[in-house]
Amino acid sequence: MIREGIQEALKLLLRLDSSVIDAATRSLWVSIVAVAAASVVGIATGLALARKRFTGRSVVVVAFRVGMSVPTVLIGLLCFGLLSRRGALGEFELLYTTWAIVLGEFFLALPIVVTLTHGAITRLDRRVFETAITLGAGVIQRATTYLREARLAIMLAVLTAFSRCFTELGIAMMVGGNIAGRTRTLTTATALETARGEFASGVAMSLILLTIALLVTLAIALLSRATAEAES
Amino acid sequence: MQNETTRTAWMTLTILLVTSFSVGCGTQPTEQAGSTTAETTAVSINETPLADAVLKVASTTSTRDSGLLDILLPEFEEANHCRVDLIAVGTGAALKLGEAGDVDAILVHARGAEEKFMGAGHGVRHEPFMHNFFIIAGPTDDPAAARGSDAVAAMQSIADGKHRFVSRGDDSGTHKREQLLWQKIGRRPEWDNFVESGQGMGPTLIMADEMNAYVLTDEGTWLKQSEKFQLVPLVRGADDLKNSYSVIVVNPAQHPAVNSKLASKFASFLISEQAQKLIANYKINGQRLFHADRLPGETTE
Repeated sequence: MIREGIQEALKLLLRLDSSVIDAATRSLWVSIVAVAAASVVGIATGLALARKRFTGRSVVVVAFRVGMSVPTVLIGLLCFGLLSRRGALGEFELLYTTWAIVLGEFFLALPIVVTLTHGAITRLDRRVFETAITLGAGVIQRATTYLREARLAIMLAVLTAFSRCFTELGIAMMVGGNIAGRTRTLTTATALETARGEFASGVAMSLILLTIALLVTLAIALLSRATAEAES
Repeated sequence: MQNETTRTAWMTLTILLVTSFSVGCGTQPTEQAGSTTAETTAVSINETPLADAVLKVASTTSTRDSGLLDILLPEFEEANHCRVDLIAVGTGAALKLGEAGDVDAILVHARGAEEKFMGAGHGVRHEPFMHNFFIIAGPTDDPAAARGSDAVAAMQSIADGKHRFVSRGDDSGTHKREQLLWQKIGRRPEWDNFVESGQGMGPTLIMADEMNAYVLTDEGTWLKQSEKFQLVPLVRGADDLKNSYSVIVVNPAQHPAVNSKLASKFASFLISEQAQKLIANYKINGQRLFHADRLPGETTE
């Protein structure tokens, strides 16, 4: 079955099978948009959590940490409740659109980005903070300094969030609905092929998914090495 | 000062999170949407087997979801001192599992595919044992005027008006029947409002309800979920919507591991008077769900 899957994957790729390309681009688009949004909000939040003192801070930190292990089906379910015709956001008719998946994956990515950014900033050498403060840097300047110092760890946070979003199934299935040509992603297509008993094409879809994930990881690894070398 | 702003920001965020969670928990479709995840889980009916014998049966999700097997299987297990492991998948997958010899018997409802399966020598015994009818459900205002017509006419007017239609698109028995109906009217279902969910009956019905679309459904899933829907049944009981269920014993000559003796006993059990009576009397929400094929006077209502 695995061998058939590999053959099938090669065939689908070489043929540039339109439904596979369609699902792959959708998967990429959805996770990139979701992770980009989650990164903007999450890095700022993680930084604030690491550097600002306020009551209940540790509770928030723990809440985000717990948020990292919320199962995707639960996020899918909550988003479904929000977006359903009878839900709070029902009037926007977002259910069964790619935006619905983006919303769910945003909530999936956010705790990951926040928690890992928070950890990265807290682990920075004390001297970074001390220097920045004694040099009298403003809020923005300080923030950019910390982020630059922790950039590799933060990049890793974003990458982790991306691979989680790119490979998740629960949210895409529940709020996307796996509609052919509209909301079908690589993971929901895999689930469908399995349910149809087309196990080889299920394996093929997964292999394509893994390949893309691998390429993204490699690209980021090369990029970070290049930046590290350029600055040393 | 700044500290206070951050605090307020945090409070707002927390409140937002909490409210969004409680909104989510309070809504109805929770239960149905959750069922998607259990689609392919194997359910062992009897935790403490009386003997070592295990019969592996791949069944369509609609049969599992109807609850009928929860009544039938314990009877069979007790009489034969065995355990039945039920794997609920779509008809397409069930046939594939049988073909690969991963299961001993299959319960399916797609006559054409069943005949192909038997013709290829994958099965040694094929017993139709019960039937019911598919239903075409749709919006209350019924823009295609499908109410009360037969299935072909209904599908014709849905296609003519290019009305919203949600298809399973998953090679299940229900999807195969839908394709047959499109074939009969000589139309390929390709218009903008025609969507393929690629999911099981439960999630597909939820989608159709959310979209206010037409949908072809099996009776069991419909009866279980329809209370929560705004959709109404429009075509039911029409001859061209007959939905026949069969049991197939997988061919042991192709796969020696297959327990065909027990599987054959299972097939005989399903067409026995005892099982047929259980089938005929099985009800959901006070409505009889299946017609037993082998009881005299049961084939028509």
